[in-house]
Amino acid sequence: MYELKYHKPASLSDAAKALSGAEEGKILSGGQTLLPTMKQHLAAPTDLVDVRAIQEMSGICAGDGTVSVGAATPHVDVAGNADVRAHIPALGLLADGIGDPAVRAVGTIGGSIANNDPAADYPAAVLGLGATVVTNAREIPADAFFQGMFTTALDEDEIVTAVRFPVPARAGYAKFPNPASRYAMVGVFVAETGDGVRVAVTGAGEDGVYRDAELEAALGSDFSSAAVDGVASDPRGMLDDIHASAVYRAHLVNVMAKRAVTAATE
Amino acid sequence: MSEGIGARVARKEDKRFITGKGKYTDDIRMENQAYAAFVRSPHAHARVTGIDTAAAEAMDGVIAVHTGPELKADGIGDIITGWAITSKDGTPMQCGVWNPMVTEYARYVGDAVAVVIAETQALARVAAESVDVSYEELPATVFADRALDTGAPQVHANVPGNLIFNWEIGDEARTGAAIEGAHHVTELNITNNRLSPNALEPRSAVTVYDEAEEHYTLYSTSQNPHVARLVLSAFYQVAPEHKLRVIAPDVGGGFGSKIYIYPEEITCLWASMKTGRSIKWTSDRSEAFMTDAHGRDHVTTAKMGFDENGKIVGFHVDTIANIGAYVSLFATATPTYLYGTLWSGTYDIPAIYGTVRAVHTNTAPVDAYRGAGRPEATYMIERMMETAAREMGMDPAELRRRNFITEFPYQTQVLLQYDSGDYHTLLDMAQKAAEIDGFPERKAEAAARGMLRGIGYSTFVEACGLAPSAAAGSLGAGVGLWESAEVRVNPVGTIEILTGCHSHGQGHETTFAQLVADRFGLPIENVSILHGDTDKVQFGMGTYGSRSGPVGMSAVMLALEKVEEKAKKIAAHVLEASEDDIVIEGGEVKVAGTDKAMAWHELGLAAYTGHNLPEGMEPGLKETSFFDPVNFSFPSGALICEVEVDPETGVTEIIQFTAADDFGVIVNPMIVEGQVHGGLTQGIGQAMCEGVVYDGDGQLVTGSYMDYQMPRASDVPSYTVRHGSTPSPDNPLGIKGCGEAGAIGAPPAVINAIVDAIGTQDLQMPATPLAVWQALQTVSARQAAE
Repeated sequence: MYELKYHKPASLSDAAKALSGAEEGKILSGGQTLLPTMKQHLAAPTDLVDVRAIQEMSGICAGDGTVSVGAATPHVDVAGNADVRAHIPALGLLADGIGDPAVRAVGTIGGSIANNDPAADYPAAVLGLGATVVTNAREIPADAFFQGMFTTALDEDEIVTAVRFPVPARAGYAKFPNPASRYAMVGVFVAETGDGVRVAVTGAGEDGVYRDAELEAALGSDFSSAAVDGVASDPRGMLDDIHASAVYRAHLVNVMAKRAVTAATE
Repeated sequence: MSEGIGARVARKEDKRFITGKGKYTDDIRMENQAYAAFVRSPHAHARVTGIDTAAAEAMDGVIAVHTGPELKADGIGDIITGWAITSKDGTPMQCGVWNPMVTEYARYVGDAVAVVIAETQALARVAAESVDVSYEELPATVFADRALDTGAPQVHANVPGNLIFNWEIGDEARTGAAIEGAHHVTELNITNNRLSPNALEPRSAVTVYDEAEEHYTLYSTSQNPHVARLVLSAFYQVAPEHKLRVIAPDVGGGFGSKIYIYPEEITCLWASMKTGRSIKWTSDRSEAFMTDAHGRDHVTTAKMGFDENGKIVGFHVDTIANIGAYVSLFATATPTYLYGTLWSGTYDIPAIYGTVRAVHTNTAPVDAYRGAGRPEATYMIERMMETAAREMGMDPAELRRRNFITEFPYQTQVLLQYDSGDYHTLLDMAQKAAEIDGFPERKAEAAARGMLRGIGYSTFVEACGLAPSAAAGSLGAGVGLWESAEVRVNPVGTIEILTGCHSHGQGHETTFAQLVADRFGLPIENVSILHGDTDKVQFGMGTYGSRSGPVGMSAVMLALEKVEEKAKKIAAHVLEASEDDIVIEGGEVKVAGTDKAMAWHELGLAAYTGHNLPEGMEPGLKETSFFDPVNFSFPSGALICEVEVDPETGVTEIIQFTAADDFGVIVNPMIVEGQVHGGLTQGIGQAMCEGVVYDGDGQLVTGSYMDYQMPRASDVPSYTVRHGSTPSPDNPLGIKGCGEAGAIGAPPAVINAIVDAIGTQDLQMPATPLAVWQALQTVSARQAAE
C-alpha cells in the first residue's frame, strides 16, 4: 500500500523540519495537482506537509509599490481582493480565470508556481510582472525562478512563502484555454513596468513559461495591439499536440498578445 | 391538471436523483463483500508470455488472483456478437475470438489480463499493480483505413486481412449506371469520428454467489438486464437462467454503452463462485475511456449523382467501419442494418448501392452509441447534400425540398419502408423559428465585427422503436425485439406497471404512469413502475434505439386494454349494468348516463375479494402483454444551426440551434425536450469537441478529460425546439421515439454551418479551433494563389 504521514505544522520552521525529516516529503497546499497525481499512483510521497495552517503564508498585503500574496492564498481570495483589484487588476482577472470555482477555492499561488506546470496561469503573471518569489531561505527574482517545464530554482525542501508583485503602470492577460482541459493552451501576460515592457507566455513553450523578447521590443516602442502585427512568433520551441500544432500555438501567441494589450489599455 | 398523454408532468424520479438518494450499483454493499481490480494490457498488441501473481497473492488481504486460462478451463464461454452478417459473396462473417480475460494475446490497450480480488478497493488496485505480466510486443493495426492494407498486422489469426465482412445493400448495376449518366456528381471523403460514451455513472458490477442454492445475483449498470441474464446463461455458461438474477438498479446514463455484457461482469460472477465472496467492481474514468465500447469510427467515400434539376438519380457508398479488437454484442448490426438501410435519408432516391467493410483493429471494441449507425448515415447524406448544393449553385434548403419524400408509406431502395412523415412542414417550421430571412443581415453585421457567420441545414429520418422481431430475425438478429408489460392493479386500486424496458435517464417512472392517468384518470402518484430486475419483471428486451416509447409503452397500452376489459366486466356485474355502458374516467367506474358508479379502489377490492364476480371469472386484476410491431417507427426532423467563427483563432460559437422534430405522439413534451436537448448536445459534441485518438502504436491519447473534450454548458446555446406530428400508424399510441434524434441530426447541421462560414468543404469532425483555423489557412492560401 501507499502509506504516508500527514503533517500540519503551524510554523514555517516546523514545516521545514518535517520536510527535512521525510524520506520523500511533499508540500501540500491546495493539492489541485498533487492529489490527483497521487490518486493515479503517479506520485507516492512518504510525507505530506500541509502548509495551510501557517499564518505567515496566507493573505495579501499592499504597500511600497508592491502587492504581496502569501503562497498558501487560494485563487478565489486573490481574485476578490480589493488591493489586487485596485493595483493589479490583471492579476485578479487571471486568478478569476483559473480552473473552475472548486479549483479556485482551494488551489494556491505557491503550489502553482512551485510546480511550474507549462499550462498554469500564474507563472505568466509572476514572470510578466517581474515579481519576486519569497521562500523560507531567500528571495528569487522571477527571471531566475522558472527554469523549464516543471523545473524551478527551488532547492529540495525549500518552501515558497509569498510572491511579491511590483505594481505596473498597466497590465493585461489573455488566455486561449485548451478546449478539453481548459488549462492555458496559450496565455500571454503583458505589463508596462518600471523595468520596461514585459511579455510572458505560458502554455505554449516546450520549456514552460518564457519571456518573448520580440514582443517586448515591439510593445516597448509602441504599446498597442497594432504593434504586435509586425511580429511573427516562431513555432520552433512550441508544444505540439492534438489540441494545437506548434504553428497554431505560435499564431495564438500573437493573437493573445494583442488581446492582452487591449485589455491593459482599455 | 391532466396528467395524461401530452401533459408536461414533472418527473417523479427526480426527487431521489436531485437529492442524492438514487441507488446505483456502486451504492450497494453486500455482507462479506470483496473488491475486484483488473490488470490490463498496456500494449495494443502483445503475446502474454508469463503472469507472475506471487507478489500480489502474498499481500495481506488479497483473496485471489485469477487469469484468463482459469476461466476457460472452468468452461466460461467466449463473448458473443448478437447479429450474424453475411458478406456479399455469400460467406459468413469472420470474427476474432473474445475471451473474457486474455488467454494468450492482448489485443488492445486495456484488454483484461488478470483480476485481483481483495478485501478493499485500494488494496485490490495496489495488488493489481504488483502482478507481473511478461509481454512479447507485436505490431499493431490501429486505423480503419489501414487495416485492409497488404501486410497490415493481423489482429486475429482466423480473420485474414482483418476483414470481418464485406456487406452490400442496394442495386449495384442500376446505381452505377445512374451516376454514370448523371448531370452532376458530388464526391466526398467523409470521416465519422470515434467517440467515447462517457456515461456520468461508470460501469459497475456487484456479484453474489449463494453456495447452498448454487444461485448467482448480478447487480449491474445494464440497459437490458434480461438480455444480460440470457447471454450470461446461454453463452457464457455462468449459470442457468433460473439460477441467475440480474438487477439493474438506478443507472446513470448509458447511450448504448451499457447494452453489452462486458468481461468484468462475467469474470466477477465466476470469481464470486470461486472465492465464495460477494465482489464489487466499479470502473474508474480511465478504465471507462479504455474499455467502454466506443462509437462511430467510419471512413467513407460517397458519390451522389443529380439530374439538371437537382434531383438525385443515384447514391453510391463505400465505407470501412472500425469494429475494434473484438466484435461486441451489436457491433455488426450497427454499421449495416442500422446504417445502410438509412441511406435514402429524407429523399426519394431511385438507385442506391453501397458496401461496408468491417475491420478488426487493435483498439477498444466499437459498438452502438446514441443513434448507432443512423448518425453516420445522416452525417454522410447531409454533407453530400450541402456540398452538392454549393457545387451546383443552389440553395441548400431548396435542393433538399426538391428531393424530399412526400408520399407515405415510402419504400426505399434499401429495405426500409417509412411509415409516415411531412418533411416540408418540418423544414418550414425550422426555417421560420430560425428566422432564416434575417440571416443575410446578421451575416453582414457579424462581418462588420470581423466575424464569419454561417448557417447549416440537416434533415433526417431514422428507424427506431427497435423491432419488429421477424424482420430482425430474417436479417441475422439473434434475439427478438418485442417488448413486454404487466399491469398489476392492487386490491386498494393502486397500480404497478412492470416493464421489460429500463430507465437510465429517460423518465419512464413518469411517462409510463401517464398512460394510466390518460386511460383511467388516476393520479400518477398512484402508479409505480417496476423495471430492471429479472426476478420481478417478465422477460423484456431493455432500452436502446428509442424503443421504450413506441414498443414498451405500446405493450403497457395493450395490457391496460385487457385490464379495462376485465374491470368493465366486474363493474357491469356489480352495478348490474351492461358492459357496453361502463366507462372509466376520473378514477371512477361509471354506468354511462346514470349516477351509478363505483370508485376505482372499490373495483380493485371487488376483483380481489372475489365475493361478487361474474360467474366463472378468476379473481384478481393483473394482465400481461407482449407487443411486437409490424415495422420500425420513423421519426424525422429538420435542424438549422447558425454559427459565428472567429477567423483569428478558429473558435466557433453556436449562435442559434433550431430543431423541428416529428416524434409522432408525445407523451410528455417536457421530457421529450430534455431528450432533444441532450441529444443535440451530444451531436454538437461529436461535431465540435469529441474524438477518441489513438496514436500509431495503438496507445490511447485521449485517456482522460484533460485530452478528451466533452461539450460543456458554455459550449451550447439555448435551443429552439419545435414539434410537428405525423403519428406512427404501426403502434397503438402513434409514438415514434425521440431519444436519439438530436445526436443523429445535429452533427451535419453544425459542420454545414461552419463550412458555410469559412468557405471550404474541407473540414472533418471534430471541428476544433485547431481544425477550423487550419481549414481557414487553406482558404487563405488558395485565395492568395488565385
